[in-house]
Amino acid sequence: MNDAPVKVRIATTSLAGCFGCHMSLLDIDERLFELAGRCEFDRSPLTDIKHAGPCDIALIEGGVSNSENVHVLRELRANAKILVAVGACAINGGLPAMRNHLDIGDILKQVYRDPGTGEANIPCDPELPLPLDKVYPINEIVRVDYSLPGCPPSADAIWKYLTDLILGRMPRLDPQLFHYD
Amino acid sequence: MSDATFEIDGQPTPFKPGQTILEAARDAGVYVPHLCYDPELGAHGSCKLCTVIVNGRTASACTMKALAGQEVEIDTPELEALRRSLVQMLFVEGNHFCPGCEKSGDCKLQALGYEFEMTNPHWVHFFPDLGVDASHPDVWLDRNRCIQCELCVRASRDVDGKNVFALAGRSVESKIVVNSPSGLLADSAIAAADRATEVCPVGAILVKRVGFAIPIGERRFDRAPISADALACEVAETDK
Repeated sequence: MNDAPVKVRIATTSLAGCFGCHMSLLDIDERLFELAGRCEFDRSPLTDIKHAGPCDIALIEGGVSNSENVHVLRELRANAKILVAVGACAINGGLPAMRNHLDIGDILKQVYRDPGTGEANIPCDPELPLPLDKVYPINEIVRVDYSLPGCPPSADAIWKYLTDLILGRMPRLDPQLFHYD
Repeated sequence: MSDATFEIDGQPTPFKPGQTILEAARDAGVYVPHLCYDPELGAHGSCKLCTVIVNGRTASACTMKALAGQEVEIDTPELEALRRSLVQMLFVEGNHFCPGCEKSGDCKLQALGYEFEMTNPHWVHFFPDLGVDASHPDVWLDRNRCIQCELCVRASRDVDGKNVFALAGRSVESKIVVNSPSGLLADSAIAAADRATEVCPVGAILVKRVGFAIPIGERRFDRAPISADALACEVAETDK
């Protein structure tokens, strides 16, 4: 048998999120060394890899607010064995979803309204992803295997979930780590 | 007192004549989850979280009387799954964004989500447009978070004697309305010290300027799960 352990391959992304969940992942502090010994990163803000390849775990932060989010999320779902919704925004849309009761056209007109002329100069460069009518929780776009609640989930909660997943256990939070806020 | 007993999850349990299953269970130290029941304001029978199995049939523990010889199932995986689904439906029916809510940590809906290990709301979200009434100088009414338990309706009518709130409309259109000529809270008789403002289990009715007096993380259901909290608080309430 080969002595070198097979490393778990992890992809992460922030869709319509604030990167707070990624900051919380970094907050595991010195446990990052243990994590680095057990896993390697695929597409992630930590590696700058642009497109995901086959991986074991995908951690998704943020809801789905535009067409690019849909493509990224579907690519990760197609490549990951286990997809985890991390944090309030991935689970229920979170703060960005508080625009959902408003019309997206009205929002754009209001946001890009020129105070001088009163006209709306809404950007229409084809490079820009189109906003969706609403911000969707990721389980309304793709199948989600597990959800890790919190805003953000604490470093201890992320560590518990990751170690459970890496060791092949059903991930579960203790009551003191289980929070929506 | 009578010597009559009924069975809770196989355990013989005494009860006083006239007690509901929920009350008898609580006196025996068994928590039955609930949102719309309050020991002072009584049963409402609408949230259905206290659903139990009585002699093989489902019933609301807050309205069903305990009877000698009854076999009641309260804590089973099937009932917990049913209660979790009910909480998930309440979450998607309104706009419940815990991280942005002053009530977070004191909210019974959230605490029941914790109790049933609800990691996500599962169903497709409604994201309804419900609106906020911030007209009153001391009290908020945020209909986005209302679960229509009618605790405020009952408290305002039966304890405060003011009849400030009512539930109007039908089915998914139903919502809490305010008894004032303008329909606004500012023109109603409500006051910050009313039982109606304090009884709201969620963040729909909030007293202004006190929301963060206790920091997030040190609040009621951060300290104890709702099961332990309810047994301690509600027994104390009935012993008064």
